[in-house]
Amino acid sequence: MTNQAIELLRSYDGPRFRIMEVCGTHTHEIFRQGVRNLLSPQIDLISGPGCPVCVTPVDYIDEAVMLALEHHAVICTFGDLVRIPGTKQSLAQARGNGAAVQVVYSPQDAAEYAKEHPDRQVVFLSVGFETTVPSSCIAVQNAIRWGLDNFSLLTANKTMPVAYEAMRDACDAYLYPGHVHAIIGTGLCEEMKDRGVSGVLAGFTARELVTALAVAVTKFRTGEPFFENCYPRVVKPEGNRAAVEMINRYMEPCDAQWRGLGVLPGSGLALRPEYAPFDARKKFDLPKLCGHANPACRCGDVLRGVCRPTDCKVFGTGCTPEHPVGACMVSGEGACSAWYLYGGVSL
Amino acid sequence: MTETVTLAHGAGGKQTSELIDKVFKEYFANPDLTGDDAAVLTPPKGKMAMTTDGFIVSPRFFPGGNIGKLSICGTVNDLACMGARPLYLTCSFVIEEGFPMEELRQIAQAMKDTAAECGVRIVAGDTKVAGRGQVDGVFITTTGVGEIPEEVQTSGTMARPGDVILVTRDIGRHGCTVLLSRDSYGIEAEVTSDCAPLWHLVETALEAAPHLHVIRDATRGGVGTVLYEIAGQSGVGIELDSTAVPVDPAVRGVCGLLGLEPLYLACEGTLVMIVPQEESDALLDVLRHTKYAENAARIGTVTEAYPGRVVMTTELGSRTMLPQPGNELLPRIC
Repeated sequence: MTNQAIELLRSYDGPRFRIMEVCGTHTHEIFRQGVRNLLSPQIDLISGPGCPVCVTPVDYIDEAVMLALEHHAVICTFGDLVRIPGTKQSLAQARGNGAAVQVVYSPQDAAEYAKEHPDRQVVFLSVGFETTVPSSCIAVQNAIRWGLDNFSLLTANKTMPVAYEAMRDACDAYLYPGHVHAIIGTGLCEEMKDRGVSGVLAGFTARELVTALAVAVTKFRTGEPFFENCYPRVVKPEGNRAAVEMINRYMEPCDAQWRGLGVLPGSGLALRPEYAPFDARKKFDLPKLCGHANPACRCGDVLRGVCRPTDCKVFGTGCTPEHPVGACMVSGEGACSAWYLYGGVSL
Repeated sequence: MTETVTLAHGAGGKQTSELIDKVFKEYFANPDLTGDDAAVLTPPKGKMAMTTDGFIVSPRFFPGGNIGKLSICGTVNDLACMGARPLYLTCSFVIEEGFPMEELRQIAQAMKDTAAECGVRIVAGDTKVAGRGQVDGVFITTTGVGEIPEEVQTSGTMARPGDVILVTRDIGRHGCTVLLSRDSYGIEAEVTSDCAPLWHLVETALEAAPHLHVIRDATRGGVGTVLYEIAGQSGVGIELDSTAVPVDPAVRGVCGLLGLEPLYLACEGTLVMIVPQEESDALLDVLRHTKYAENAARIGTVTEAYPGRVVMTTELGSRTMLPQPGNELLPRIC
């Protein structure tokens, strides 16, 4: 089965087929498994906007730095965010300037940290898509249960539907992110198909990836919009209802700024007004910031699928995982980091 | 004796003597460990190897070992990688005030057992007690001296195109065990550390393959990091067959969940060996009948192409570069 799929991908000679892997984990697995080297030159894989850290705009880092340095809050965050450059400094640099920055593995750890340190204000940097939002919600639920008044979220959570629509012209089909759809189900993919946008839902193993790509190529040849769930062992049509209910109980849609894509109306999630005491922006009355990325960095274009990481002038020279200029080089799910780590030699 | 270590135990007086007599001497006693200021030793016959290593581990006790066992294995294995029979060790303790005496005994017992297994003697030591909060429990530093037989020469610079690359067992156990023991992930899996003293394994390997070019223990940074180091030191390329690398299913499962690469997880009882092709079959055969190397495997070859790089054949039969190590291991977000 896998061999057949590989042969199909290798020998494809139809019209040029651009498929966007939305999810950063897909991007990295594609490189790790050497999938690109198996594809016909007529198949173009484009890395999309699905790395939660990468799409987080510079303003957000500036807000976190401000909370840490001016409001003396303890910032609890996933490790990837620590090194993302802000307008003036990253959180790692802020740490050198006295900021308290704790790397945690889940929002839950941040809530527990707050419980153990009642004398400090603790802010969790809540980034991520539908996959990670439920656990941020659980952290708020626990903070309420424990009566904490020193825990809040700085939200930059995002949802996929609007982004799919905004990016539809960048590719011929999406490789939909398996983890996101395990939460929200497949209804959206079916709707996209009805609106003429094709895609396949893929898992993360080598086999699952090549199978999904082969299905996409086969369907693309028919010329009709298509959708196929190639990850049915994990993604059910109805998704994970309990997780979706959790999101809806605590969060509501808001306009959100995406690095590279600008403000997409209704594409973000923010805490509902009744949970304002846990919303760091309201709690600390943060001003509206307007951050600036390094002008040499083309992360925005990379995230829109407009250019490849290697088209960026600073890629691999001024910008490396050790000294990142842009977010996509820092994150373990970023496209630039994948190209850099796996793309050093042509094999 | 008190149930915990106090500052008085480090002050040099009666209580210090008591700590040394009741704990360290009781476990470490041997003819070379005297009450004098320095050990007086017979020098090794051949070339001498010497190394030192500090151990700060959290948690101190983990499935498959503890910081005491680790502090002996780490230094003994570093000596063994140079083909050196470990002879003497020194150990220096920095203990936090309030440290449970019973735990210190367990650590000393593990050190005793591990040293005995590989025939090394602890010949000198030091104990300091630091105030509460100044150290995290206990820090141990061990220094080791070993003897290299005349004909043996191994080094990271000696890998040659055509050589065969082996690992002595399934990889990534120690790193995976410690990650899980830190308890922040909420994952339960049956994984034990590979922590083990490997001198006898190396001794057996050198008998089977006297021209072994490189021996490395894949500690911090794991097998992937070691392969890059050797590629750089020897100026060669490495072709890795990713499907041949032995990984315990539980370790693979944990890595899958957290988005980690087993090739970068630390090992504490796993060696990478690089051997001339003509000695490789005999070596592999012997290893598979040797303690701690029952699931040894051939994982790749040394090449002239891609100097300084590690190129990997994937399960799809495609090829890709193994990413250069260097960044912190971070679990993925989604």
